[in-house]
Amino acid sequence: MNNEDMRSPLGRALGLGSAKTGVEHWWRERVSALALVPLTVWFAASLMVHTGSDYVTFIAWLRTPLTSILMVLLLAGVFYHTALGLQVVIEDYVHSGLKTLALLGVRFGCCGLAVAGILATLRIAFSQ
Amino acid sequence: MANSTPKRLRPLSPNIQIYRPQLTSVLSIANRISGIVLSLYAVALVVWLVAAAAGPHAYSTAQVFIGSWVGRILLFGCTFCFFLHLCGSIRHLIWDAGFGFELRTIYASGWTVVLVSSALTLLSWILSMVLAG
Repeated sequence: MNNEDMRSPLGRALGLGSAKTGVEHWWRERVSALALVPLTVWFAASLMVHTGSDYVTFIAWLRTPLTSILMVLLLAGVFYHTALGLQVVIEDYVHSGLKTLALLGVRFGCCGLAVAGILATLRIAFSQ
Repeated sequence: MANSTPKRLRPLSPNIQIYRPQLTSVLSIANRISGIVLSLYAVALVVWLVAAAAGPHAYSTAQVFIGSWVGRILLFGCTFCFFLHLCGSIRHLIWDAGFGFELRTIYASGWTVVLVSSALTLLSWILSMVLAG
């Protein structure tokens, strides 16, 4: 593999690609994707089980420590991965002055939604 | 004097409409589109959790919408997008690890993504309907 690597030894050591920061973004996207595989499969399976559940049963499930932990991890992972993915989509297709605005909107939106989701989960987890 | 030279038409690369859609190109854009669609469903996930945290009344309003025909169709679309993006991304992660670049393998893994994501979508709906009774 190393013989095919066209980067300089220093560039390789710093983990930099040709555009300076692309490699890091690429890695973050892959690592978050890998984390989301078990988390999303767990969530999909849980939803299947809880299709006919009423409010009390659903809250009781969400309040168990393992569920709360996994739900917070899921929300953090989903919105982190979403921010990275949508950033690439915007960079590929939006070339006007809207680009910066769209990038800011995605970042702020993802942060806000992650906090809202996590806070809702914690509120249920710590409610009396 | 620079204006007197006639402008030469530069060659253009073929546009996207020129190409016949292939499994490889369709799955490539499908992974991106399903990702964008899933980000909209992620907003719905937060709305649903906030409704649950707000109390039984808000939660039941959300449940009534999910149980409606519009809600069910949207949820079915969400299930398919999820499994398509999941399987497609696992295919990408295998490529990223350096495997599966032979043309035969690319088509085999592509059809696997199509079949497995469709099967998992149907299976999860059948299973949830059985479990819900």
